Amino acid sequence: MPERSPKLPLSWILVAMLPLTIILPAFNLVNSYLQQVFMYVGINIILTASLNLINGYMGEFSVGHAAFMAIGAYVSAILTVWVFPKAYGPFVFPLVLVAGGIAAALAGLLVAVPSFRTRGDYLAIVTLAFNMIVKSALENIDAVGGPRGLLGIEKLTSMAWVYVWVVISIYCIRNVVYSNYGRGVLSIREDEIAAELVTVDTRQCKVVAFVIAAFFAGVAGGLFAHLLQFINPRSFALFPKSTEILAMVYLGGVGSIGGSILGATIFTVMLEVLRPLGVWRWVAIPLALVLLMIFRPTGIMGLREWRFLVPETEAIPEASGPAQRGAGGTPGLKEADSHGNPAD
Amino acid sequence: MSEFIQQVVNGLQLGSVYTLISLGYTMVYGILRLINFAHGDIFMVGSYAGFFVTSFLLGRVLLPVAVTFVLGMLLTMCLTALLAVSIERVAYRPLRNAPRMSAVITALGIGIFLENFTLATLGPEPRRMPVLIPSTSIRIGGATVSTVQVAIILVSLLLMLLLDAFVTRTMTGIAMRAVSFDRNVALLLGVPTNRIISVTFAIGSAIAGAGGILYGQAYPIIDPYMGIRIGWWSFIAAVVGGIGNIRGAMVGSFILGFLEIFTPVVLPSSTYRDFVAFSLLLLFLVFRPTGILGQPVMKKV
Repeated sequence: MPERSPKLPLSWILVAMLPLTIILPAFNLVNSYLQQVFMYVGINIILTASLNLINGYMGEFSVGHAAFMAIGAYVSAILTVWVFPKAYGPFVFPLVLVAGGIAAALAGLLVAVPSFRTRGDYLAIVTLAFNMIVKSALENIDAVGGPRGLLGIEKLTSMAWVYVWVVISIYCIRNVVYSNYGRGVLSIREDEIAAELVTVDTRQCKVVAFVIAAFFAGVAGGLFAHLLQFINPRSFALFPKSTEILAMVYLGGVGSIGGSILGATIFTVMLEVLRPLGVWRWVAIPLALVLLMIFRPTGIMGLREWRFLVPETEAIPEASGPAQRGAGGTPGLKEADSHGNPAD
Repeated sequence: MSEFIQQVVNGLQLGSVYTLISLGYTMVYGILRLINFAHGDIFMVGSYAGFFVTSFLLGRVLLPVAVTFVLGMLLTMCLTALLAVSIERVAYRPLRNAPRMSAVITALGIGIFLENFTLATLGPEPRRMPVLIPSTSIRIGGATVSTVQVAIILVSLLLMLLLDAFVTRTMTGIAMRAVSFDRNVALLLGVPTNRIISVTFAIGSAIAGAGGILYGQAYPIIDPYMGIRIGWWSFIAAVVGGIGNIRGAMVGSFILGFLEIFTPVVLPSSTYRDFVAFSLLLLFLVFRPTGILGQPVMKKV
């Protein structure tokens, strides 16, 4: 089995990278701007990969991912600002992030319930409404600053923490995708009724997907809050935040973790590179996105996967698991029309 | 009581504006199953087009206000229709057989493009729409209603009736419904599908353009991002009514209009408006997922 060998080096490479993310900033080998960009890329990778679990693998259309991010950001920021003394900050930071993630996961549970009955565009509205509710609620709670937002958050997010969380989130999401739940999630995308008929517990799968996606979005929110040191409800609005995450998912390609990594990286770096364009930046970016969609509707990596992200048990030479499912166009992405015929 | 009537008229006015935009959402969805997220921004472009056209007609051609209103409305409707048809031709048609969500993301991209292109070329400063409907107050049963409100409601109703008649009575309207029912069968029966889709985009956006001018009469400040909020609310209205259903969009828009007007009346602060409206929407969708007039989707393997 020649495929077996890359597994060990990969985990070693990942571990070896960790000291690098501590040493590089500690000795000022990378300037703070590049560090900042690196951390944004990392946070966006977590957000994109987690949304991809819902939109790509489960085939639902969730548009309000920033809501989960907001919950994670606010919960973790409140914990570090008010609950724990400043001196403990760096030590409790991972716990605080997990707490934010759990709060977001509970919200994810809440959103998963309507998804039992609603699908497609209507579920999109549910998530859209949820995003607006969260933003509006935060604006009306004076204790967390209302529309002005929360100030004075300590800068606890470092390259190392971002790196660690990116690895954890990618690892978890990959393992979920290739687990039994993951197959259930995929079967919901392919055909929910058929999945139910073969005794897939679709409700459970939906809950798992939403909770995990929300958890990591919450963690990303916590990292974001402690990087920016300032959050307000508008940072988590439908536009631009949720829209950006959506753009990254579809730029990278649905149903692909490698695609999420690429999409988030390319999009974030492009935002920075195009900064000199000023106002025209946001003219160029959507135009590029539209052109990409026209000439490559499935995104960069749509339904394909990097070999090293596929567990060995899945690895079929040349075509990995998801790619085979995607053979012959992308059947998973077409939805039946109102008469039950596949829209072809 | 008089305040109540006043609020009812306000709700009707807002509902009319929402209707004009949600119709475009619902028509395009009905025919292509595409959430045209750029539609709110087409409304914004309509407002700007209306601003320039009417300013030109009033300032340079020196037409009387009433003529400007009618002519400006028609010209704006033509311009937005042209814009939407070209967007459909360039951006959506190549994606007709692509995964559905690619088309939605394209629509989202086009929307952001329109906003920021307007921002980059015309500048961020808000502009003031010329007054086209002389504002005088009419007293109805103790409530004060302005002519602007009455005009907005009447013109919107006229457009809705025209559209309803068009869809139910004319050959093109019947073809539209056929394409919406089943695009492939319609094609087999000789309906020029692509042309009908273009017509749908043209009509939906022309109505949104008219909405742009009318909205500018009620709230005269226009800016490049005005389409976002109105667009979302109209979209939600279309969903509440049952997306894809033209009459449903009208019902949903008025419900949302009233909701928006009456929330601050009941609750202490207007900042709760979004919160209450969207919470209600969420509950509504949980208990009636396909909207008021939407037909339940049959699920088959």
